[in-house]
Amino acid sequence: MFQETSSQAAAVAEITSGGLLAPKISARRLNVFYGHKQALFDVDLDIFPRGVTALIGPSGCGKSTFLRCLNRMNDTIENCTVTGSVLLEGVDILASDIDVTALRSRVGMVFQRPNPFPKSIFDNVAYGLRIHRLAQSRSELEDRVEASLRGAGLWDEVKDRLRESGTSLSGGQQQRLCIARAIALEPEVILMDEPCSALDPVATAKVEELIGRLSENYTIVIVTHSMQQAARVSQRTAFFHMGRIVEEGDTREIFTNPKDERTESYITGRIG
Amino acid sequence: MDQTATISTAQFGATDEPGQQPAIALNRGRSRHAADRRLRLAGLAAVGLALWFLVLLFSSLVVTGYSAFTQVTVRIEADLSSLAGKREQEIRDANWRAILRDALRGLAPDLPKRDERAFFALFTPSAHYLLRDAVLADPSMLRDGATFHIPLADTADRFAKGEIERSLPEDQRRLTDVQISHLDRLETAGRLERSFNTGLFLNSDSRFPELAGLKGAIVGSFWLLAVCFALSFPIGVAAAVWLEEFAPRSRFATLVEININNLAAVPSVVFGLLGLAVLLGWFGLPRSTPLAGGIVLALMTMPTIIIVSRAALKQVPAAIMEGALALGATKHQAILHHKLPLAMPSILTGAIIGLAQALGETAPLLLIGMNAFIAGDPGGLLDPATALPTQIYIWADSPERGFLARTAAAILVLIGFLVLMNGLAVFLRQRLAKRW
Amino acid sequence: MTSRPFRPWQKLATAGMVAASVIAVLTTLGIVAALAGEAIAFFRMVPLTEFLFGTRWEPQIAMRADQVAGQGSFGVLPVLYGTLVISLIAMAVAVPVGLFSAIYLTQYASPRTRAAVKPSLEILAGIPTVVYGFFAVLAVAPVIRDLGEALGIPSSPNSALAAGVVMGIMIVPFVSSMSDDALAAVPQALRDASLALGATRAETVWQVLLPAALPGIAGGVLLALSRAIGETMIVVMAAGLIAKVTPNPFDAVTTVTVQIVTLLTGDSAFDNPKTLAAFALGLLLFLITLGLNLIALHMVRRRRETY
Repeated sequence: MFQETSSQAAAVAEITSGGLLAPKISARRLNVFYGHKQALFDVDLDIFPRGVTALIGPSGCGKSTFLRCLNRMNDTIENCTVTGSVLLEGVDILASDIDVTALRSRVGMVFQRPNPFPKSIFDNVAYGLRIHRLAQSRSELEDRVEASLRGAGLWDEVKDRLRESGTSLSGGQQQRLCIARAIALEPEVILMDEPCSALDPVATAKVEELIGRLSENYTIVIVTHSMQQAARVSQRTAFFHMGRIVEEGDTREIFTNPKDERTESYITGRIG
Repeated sequence: MDQTATISTAQFGATDEPGQQPAIALNRGRSRHAADRRLRLAGLAAVGLALWFLVLLFSSLVVTGYSAFTQVTVRIEADLSSLAGKREQEIRDANWRAILRDALRGLAPDLPKRDERAFFALFTPSAHYLLRDAVLADPSMLRDGATFHIPLADTADRFAKGEIERSLPEDQRRLTDVQISHLDRLETAGRLERSFNTGLFLNSDSRFPELAGLKGAIVGSFWLLAVCFALSFPIGVAAAVWLEEFAPRSRFATLVEININNLAAVPSVVFGLLGLAVLLGWFGLPRSTPLAGGIVLALMTMPTIIIVSRAALKQVPAAIMEGALALGATKHQAILHHKLPLAMPSILTGAIIGLAQALGETAPLLLIGMNAFIAGDPGGLLDPATALPTQIYIWADSPERGFLARTAAAILVLIGFLVLMNGLAVFLRQRLAKRW
Repeated sequence: MTSRPFRPWQKLATAGMVAASVIAVLTTLGIVAALAGEAIAFFRMVPLTEFLFGTRWEPQIAMRADQVAGQGSFGVLPVLYGTLVISLIAMAVAVPVGLFSAIYLTQYASPRTRAAVKPSLEILAGIPTVVYGFFAVLAVAPVIRDLGEALGIPSSPNSALAAGVVMGIMIVPFVSSMSDDALAAVPQALRDASLALGATRAETVWQVLLPAALPGIAGGVLLALSRAIGETMIVVMAAGLIAKVTPNPFDAVTTVTVQIVTLLTGDSAFDNPKTLAAFALGLLLFLITLGLNLIALHMVRRRRETY
């Protein structure tokens, strides 16, 4: 269940060596309201650099809401109020003078259902590069698109059909295309909101393997409702319940030795 | 990932003063955000332009038309002693023109004969008919004495309301100085009254703006809509029920659907041509009648009612039908007793909105002849009639200045009816919408 | 089980409903028959080629048999030109205003603003066209004429610009409503994907939403164009009667719909080429708008199938 590569082990050692590494993202006293309904209550959480942090919990417990705070995608929802602070390397990204578009080029997101644009595969990956004007020439653009597709493990499968529509790929390929699109901007953090829940087991395995490779260089936060997946891919886990963090820490600890009985109930399947 | 580091430092900006949060902003982001702001502004400007036009339209109608809702009348006493004791026919044939002139002379006692014509021109040319009709309607006037309120002629009326500049040189206004002095005297003597122009609603059309009213047009529009509703509603709902509930997936059903969708978008003037050729030509219906006009409007409204009814029927949950059928009702019974009543509020709402659109249609009515001057109101479906929109068109074309204000006023009346109808539709939708 | 005594009523009811549905088809057939029938009579008097390709439209026909036959010309091209010019002016107003309104309402406006503004725009579509025509003559035409004279351009009291601009405002709701629907129908997931990559709303609109919504928007534009071409009262009141091909928008032109009305109000004996010409024009108008409507409906349907 707990497969590791050697570099993952090194990352784990770094993180669990107890706070010597500054967190990449810190949420402090985070509260989120949809109108009058409160979805997150005083959430404090640290995300450490590189490696995978999993957010687990029953449906509607606020884990996706929390994830969307990290790249301010909650701004796009009417009536959504966020209070508290989220520090990205010490800078509060919830401040009003933050350029949200630049933030999202540093913190990327992959969604639950693959959502490639109805454009060609090439244009899908190039989209972010074009709008942020990150490539100075056509050949640089092509190089970066290729690098992203390789990074997502998709290059060999699509290199001969870059002009075809992104929506012509299979589900698993589309999700890897969305991952390629996100990593094209070379973000520091990648947020993944249940990225495998719409995929079949074979595709899921491929994406999980990709996550493992990516976690060597990127900070990944993944929301998942599959505990087995959390156990497989993550080094740290946070358990959400009814808008609060009940327990968080080393993944192996959480799953073998939960401290809170609610955590234990969820893990053993009595709730959620 | 040394790219990461480069982006980080660039994005923190040049100023990194301690204690102050640097904005995460790239220089090249500035033009992107400017473009975003520009798009937002363009959208706001577009919305603003459309709404501003709406405001402009209504305000210019009100400004142009409000004066037509009031009228200036002059109070005169007429000597009716010569009619005492006469029979009705004799009263009708009496020399009312003389009676009127005597009464008017009473207002300007020292007027030389040659100036009388200019004086009489200040009052509506049909005044003597007004006297006669008032006495015929209320014979007690012969006994008790009579005071009449005579509308001023159009030019004098507009002057008394202040629409004609007193300071203009005489040849640029339609009233002479002498005429103005007459009006001033009448004003000082307290004989001029400005009151609500009931004639606008109680009179039929007239050649004279001061007497022209919308009664004929309103009655005509009423009959038109009655015929339109009586034909299009049952036929439209029946067709919708068949298409939605009974029709098999056949070529015929598809053909009907395509026809309905196309008919909804055919220009209204083509329906006028249809009415002219088929209703007036082949069937020989009389021109300019509510019957012919109502049929044409019904053909135009029917596709709307079908589309709306189908949508309403679709929204009724299947559970309602299943419940009725499970109790042994036939499909006809289930629809008639259960589904149709539940869909009816939506259908009625849509029908009212369709009728409101029909109320404003002008072109097809013009083509079947409703561009004529009709001085009375239609007694029935086969009498020549006019309608509100065609009356507006006729008045808009009239050269007399007084019709300008009346056209705007008629438009406000038409819009008033439209607001009422749409308001009724919204009210029905909210009140009658049942919770499943 | 027992017999069903309501059978004959049911059959009657069904027959009634089918008859009602048939009326829709009959109406279309009636329109085609009426238009085609009279048009054919017209084309016996005036050759089809002269009608379709002639460049002079002067329908003065001798009214009485004993008048010297001042043979009129019935070339439809200048009339079509007028329709085209005024429709294009109308579209030049309606498409930008409608499209940008839809973009603003779907991407930038708060739900409260949207709820208040959207019905207000629909009001524009509910105002009877005779009211627009009156307003065009009362307020717009004089302003346009003054503008033209200030610019030194010869202007007529009945200008194509006046009629076109007012008509444009009238059809704004057609464009804005369908564009709004088309933009709102683009799945939220695509919008989220674009925003999550750090695009601004404007970039999302131009590069993701508009291309995806294009069939629906194009359908709306075509329907608006069809409406403009078939519009009657605004042009009858605000445009001209003389068929003239002129590049000057401040000048007067006439349209197909104006001619239909002018030819038929007055004497309308059915053997008179003037009267029949109106039906030929009507047939042409019907075919053009039918074609546009079919293309528009096809485009809107195609968009729905993509998702």
